[in-house]
Amino acid sequence: MEHHLVLRVVARLLIPLIMLFALYVQFHGDYGPGGGFQAGVIFAAAFILYGIIYGVDSLREVVHPGVVRSLAAFGVLLYAGVGVTGMLMGGEFLNYSVLSTDPVAGQHLGILLIEAGVGITVASTMIILFYAFARP
Amino acid sequence: MTVTIINIILLCLLVIAATAVNQQRNLFAATMLTGIYSLISASLFVCLDAVDVAFTEAAVGAGIATILFLGTLALTGFEEKTEVKISVPGLIIVLITGGLLMYGIQDIPEFGNPDTPVQTYLAGKYIGESATEIGVPNLVTSVLASYRGYDTFGETTVIFTAGIGILMLLGRGRKNKKGLLDEDEV
Repeated sequence: MEHHLVLRVVARLLIPLIMLFALYVQFHGDYGPGGGFQAGVIFAAAFILYGIIYGVDSLREVVHPGVVRSLAAFGVLLYAGVGVTGMLMGGEFLNYSVLSTDPVAGQHLGILLIEAGVGITVASTMIILFYAFARP
Repeated sequence: MTVTIINIILLCLLVIAATAVNQQRNLFAATMLTGIYSLISASLFVCLDAVDVAFTEAAVGAGIATILFLGTLALTGFEEKTEVKISVPGLIIVLITGGLLMYGIQDIPEFGNPDTPVQTYLAGKYIGESATEIGVPNLVTSVLASYRGYDTFGETTVIFTAGIGILMLLGRGRKNKKGLLDEDEV
């Protein structure tokens, strides 16, 4: 892959922008189209682009496969953890209103956290899939 | 009226893309055509005012799925090996199923009809109370993340499970000559 100079330069420019856009989609999901699922896929696309241009081995050095596997589980646990926290604070499973003194603020906090969980799991799983399919 | 014309054009393009995928024997070209198919569907979802769904379709269907197909093709090869044969029983089954589906479509309520069970059961409650109860401007997010939090939790678990399944099938290191697992691989 040493010869694809144009691809390498363009990818180097694009990857930070793709990540920034993913973060925008993640945290702007409350106000416009988007959310954890789409953001996770876009975030993973940045890593997969890096893996395609610079080689899967370079990507393995950037994100260790063990790290993505742990993060995939962490996202689900974060989601479930928010639900269980709601139960411990006197509400039902996944009732975010009890997370804060103001029910609406609690809903905002809960949605932010579970969307983060969805984003982390989706991004990690997509990178896991890429690792599994892209054998050198 | 304009939307109707755009819808008709997009649906025609969908049929053309689907036929092209079916006819294409070069799997690389077929993969690219499935990506195009997803993009056209995403445009169709935008016309239906379902921007969140369109966003997902464009990111997953046209983006990640195409890359995963290409990754698979890099492992298996880019040319389809089996010959194309027209199977008469298959054609008959497809025609009967298609005919039944067209017959069934006649019972589907008109597009956007407010009296259907989908619209009358909970949609009104969500639309009316989301702004005061959840306070999130995007109604889709408030339904997905809060009212339907269980469903989204299930979906996240499904994605996680799919990742684990792929890891178990493909992700373990291949056995080397000594029959030991190569721990460095994935």
